[in-house]
Amino acid sequence: MTAAPEQIDVLDEAREQVLERGVGLTEAQVLKVLELPEDRIPDLLALAHEVRERWCGPEVEVEGIVSLKTGGCPEDCHFCSQSGQFPSPVRSAWLDIPGLVRAARQTRDTGATEFCIVAAVRGPDKRLLSQVRDGIKAIREDGNDIQIACSLGMLTQEQVDELVAMGVHRYNHNLETARSHFPEVVTTHSWEERWDTLRMIRDAGMEVCCGGIIGMGETLAQRAEFAVQLAELEPDEVPLNFLIPNPGTPYENYPVVEGAEALRTVGAFRLALPRTILRFAGGRELTFGDLGAKQGMLGGINAIIVGNYLTNLGRPAQQDLDMLEELSMPIKALSQTL
Amino acid sequence: MITTVYCSFCGKEEADGDHAFCRQRLSMIDPPRYCAECARRMVVQVTPDGWTARCSRHGELGSAR
Repeated sequence: MTAAPEQIDVLDEAREQVLERGVGLTEAQVLKVLELPEDRIPDLLALAHEVRERWCGPEVEVEGIVSLKTGGCPEDCHFCSQSGQFPSPVRSAWLDIPGLVRAARQTRDTGATEFCIVAAVRGPDKRLLSQVRDGIKAIREDGNDIQIACSLGMLTQEQVDELVAMGVHRYNHNLETARSHFPEVVTTHSWEERWDTLRMIRDAGMEVCCGGIIGMGETLAQRAEFAVQLAELEPDEVPLNFLIPNPGTPYENYPVVEGAEALRTVGAFRLALPRTILRFAGGRELTFGDLGAKQGMLGGINAIIVGNYLTNLGRPAQQDLDMLEELSMPIKALSQTL
Repeated sequence: MITTVYCSFCGKEEADGDHAFCRQRLSMIDPPRYCAECARRMVVQVTPDGWTARCSRHGELGSAR
């Protein structure tokens, strides 16, 4: 006799489907995981960790990021303190080349293998691309061979080709949330425009980094939708952020995502994306604190941003490196592919 | 010596209301955004291991982490 579908435990299904066969959960299955009661979270995280170890290995990829151009963005992403459309206290600033070189050196010195250069723009203009080109050249002249990623908004094909020629190996462009929720979050451009940039990046041979932010008013069903849409994209990396309600933004009074809900999300995304680098990104300090960060690392996460973020501060890098050592998780070496 | 008159998280007078939330944010994830002496918005640059915050009138603060 076969059990009725509603009686089948989703974690049992996931063990056979994801752990054994490497096939990510469907949208309906992800939703079931997101709806698991709190007492099942340890089981979920343990399975997600097994999946991560089985399909990605034990290494953790460490990355540092820096804002090359801060604030004054024309777009209206409602979570973002760098939008010029909201009364946020963040003022425009440009990081000069020596500052960029120092930031790359600081990142390398933590043992990180990735350094992501980020700009708050709709898309890069000639001045910004020139600054990126000069910055990468200066980083290399400094004897720093860290892998360089960029996040410069939406691109044209010509710009994609330029970044490839500069040696940018990975490009970050977050879809941010489910397609069905995106119009509530951003009105100045569409989810599809972002998707188009991501396809160009993939077709040009750059690694695709694409994730989003949890806690922007999306339903659990939309969270499941988002996980599966990301899986469809087959990104190399998914950065998972938790909303930081920043002053002056439309989301300044949104609640911080609760730890248990965030852990469920981490586990669910790992089960939807068994082979992808899943990175702890912004907001984890508020959402998890120290204990939760460890639980997340033991619940499917296999990459981490160390040090500060773009406009917010993170934990000191050494604190995270100590945590990885305590968890006996090796840091990915340069030139090693997860 | 900086005279702290204004909250560097919200820009309001320190004496005006409760700034416990502001202090919590500043201790966890936020660099100062407003000059504590004049409440001007500062130009803040965050880098992987620190930040600088510059007020056009009162100069630059910084903290290596």
